[in-house]
Amino acid sequence: MEDKVEKFEEEGRRKFLRLFGGAIGGGGVAIAANALLPAAAAVEAPAKAAVPPIPNYDWSKHHWAFGVDATKCIGCLRCVEACKVENNVSKDPHHFRTWVERYVTLEGEEKARVDSQHDPVNIAAAGGEGKYRFANRYKDAKVDKAFFVPKLCNHCTHPACVQVCPTGATYKTADGAVVIDHTYCIGCQYCVQACPYGARFFNEEKGVTDKCTWCYHRITKGLNPACVEVCPVSARVFGDRNDKQSPISIFLRDNRVTVLKPETGNAPNVFYVGIDKEVS
Amino acid sequence: MDTLFHAAPFTGYVYPNETVIPWTVLIVIYPYLTGLVAGAFTMSSLYQVFGMQRFKPVAHFAMLTSLCCMLIVPLPLLLHLGHPERALNPMITPHTTSAFAVFGYAAAFYVILLLLENWFVFRPHIVKQAQQRTGLLGLVYRVLTLGSYDVSEKAMSYDKKWIFALAVIGIPGAHGLHGYVGFVFGSLKSREWWSSDLMPPIFLFSAIISGVSLLIVLYIVSCKLRKVPIDLECVKGMAYTLWGFMLFALMLEAVEFASLMYRGREGIEMILEYVRGPLVIPFWTVQLAICSLIPVLLLSFMIGTGTKGNALIAGVLFSALLVLVGVLMMRWNVVIGGQEISKTGKGLLTYQMPWVEQESGLTAAILLMAPLVLLTVAVRFFPPWDDAKAAH
Repeated sequence: MEDKVEKFEEEGRRKFLRLFGGAIGGGGVAIAANALLPAAAAVEAPAKAAVPPIPNYDWSKHHWAFGVDATKCIGCLRCVEACKVENNVSKDPHHFRTWVERYVTLEGEEKARVDSQHDPVNIAAAGGEGKYRFANRYKDAKVDKAFFVPKLCNHCTHPACVQVCPTGATYKTADGAVVIDHTYCIGCQYCVQACPYGARFFNEEKGVTDKCTWCYHRITKGLNPACVEVCPVSARVFGDRNDKQSPISIFLRDNRVTVLKPETGNAPNVFYVGIDKEVS
Repeated sequence: MDTLFHAAPFTGYVYPNETVIPWTVLIVIYPYLTGLVAGAFTMSSLYQVFGMQRFKPVAHFAMLTSLCCMLIVPLPLLLHLGHPERALNPMITPHTTSAFAVFGYAAAFYVILLLLENWFVFRPHIVKQAQQRTGLLGLVYRVLTLGSYDVSEKAMSYDKKWIFALAVIGIPGAHGLHGYVGFVFGSLKSREWWSSDLMPPIFLFSAIISGVSLLIVLYIVSCKLRKVPIDLECVKGMAYTLWGFMLFALMLEAVEFASLMYRGREGIEMILEYVRGPLVIPFWTVQLAICSLIPVLLLSFMIGTGTKGNALIAGVLFSALLVLVGVLMMRWNVVIGGQEISKTGKGLLTYQMPWVEQESGLTAAILLMAPLVLLTVAVRFFPPWDDAKAAH
């Protein structure tokens, strides 16, 4: 009898251990296996998720893309300001959904000098944090070449940020935008690390990561992103690639475009015209 | 507003959003603690699995040390999250392409494995206490027996099989968990400083040497505190283990560094500037010269000349302490270093660690001390000493 009880106890212990170990191990292995898939294969699924309840909008009918004509940009930074206001982004010079870089090559120099509105010299020229302008810092120098490059989230086809998000809080929508569910983000900032473009930042007030959404709340109502809306020289172009007559379709058709850091395999959807080899 | 974040000073051009360093000192502590877990487990496996009798005095102690470190491992991550209350989301609804989503499962699996193994190891003690003690403590021990009071020879041999099996599973488990930590960094293509296939083995070997060092220090200190003689054979064995694995660890790091330099991909000028400038103290001086070369040379000398007695103990203790600091510096130089080199390849940032706030030096120090406090308590209830009588 005792033997039987003992055997039963042993059996029970064994079963319990096997089940528990198996369940947890199995879950881990499944994720590990999937994590080893290339990003390309990995990010297809979320787009088929439940369609968000946006009135009069079908995300399967659009394919958004963004164009930047750097030859037109005058570095006025109205886009930066508009974005901060429209998306309620902290006004300090450390959190940007979009920013503008300035590349200046001086005579006799091989490498461009690069700065943006967060540079202390530019902050001083603007008259403090929360105001944005480029200082006239090269006025006494002989400038060989100079241009501005607007930057924003590239809403990549194979976004590294989406790949690494442990909860799926950040995902790629069916219409091409990469967005973040702030009610589900745990704030680990793995995505901030994974983005090669520095497009993501941590929203300390909300405890979640944040970035450009191409003004998703506007584009789903048929409006342009705020930065595109305010650009006085049409350096920023936005539209639906499914519509062959949209500004972005025309932009992509009429220009030889490039993307930033193509070697990362992220396949950006912000297309550039008129940037130099040093821009990355 | 200012207290919400700390802006890092920079030189050259860095992306505006990079000026707030995402992963702080707490993410330095996380791989350090995980490494101690894997290292301590390795030490115990050398006895439990590979049957190296000279490590018997530290085998059970190593198991308990591993568990105490593992219980603290999730804390630095938890304290770092913007929404700690959502910490279980990656386990409840894991995003299967994320390396991070593995962590919850891997950690939970490993904690359970360690709890089980410790339970089997300390079962005779638990049963004995449950039968002898009364009151609250007796009740606790009685609960811990999980209803199994059988300590017959047959039951013990059955338990022994489990201990062996769990230790065997634990080897890939512990090393997998730590190799995975290396993968979290190594797999990110956004940072040249991290992006390396050698990252997992580098993390693994440095983990082993840190765990062995921790055990050397704790074993010697515990013997002194308990006023029992130090088992010289055991210390010598640990010194050999430390020495051997250190050679591997150093070689791997050297190969990785050489590849990074030799490949010389875009942004290498900035990496060189970083290596020659900000890394002179934390990497070249502290991590490499003081905390790696000195212990390797000292251990080589002691092994070569056959140092014995107190000189051996002092030398090994000194080396182990240096290695513990060195591996912590290695974690710092990887985690913080990677973020100090801008993704633009055109600038450098400086992480300025705050001393007193949620993610600060103070929190890091508390988290580093926490496993030791846990261990101090644990050894009172579950004496891991080979000379168990001396503990009471």
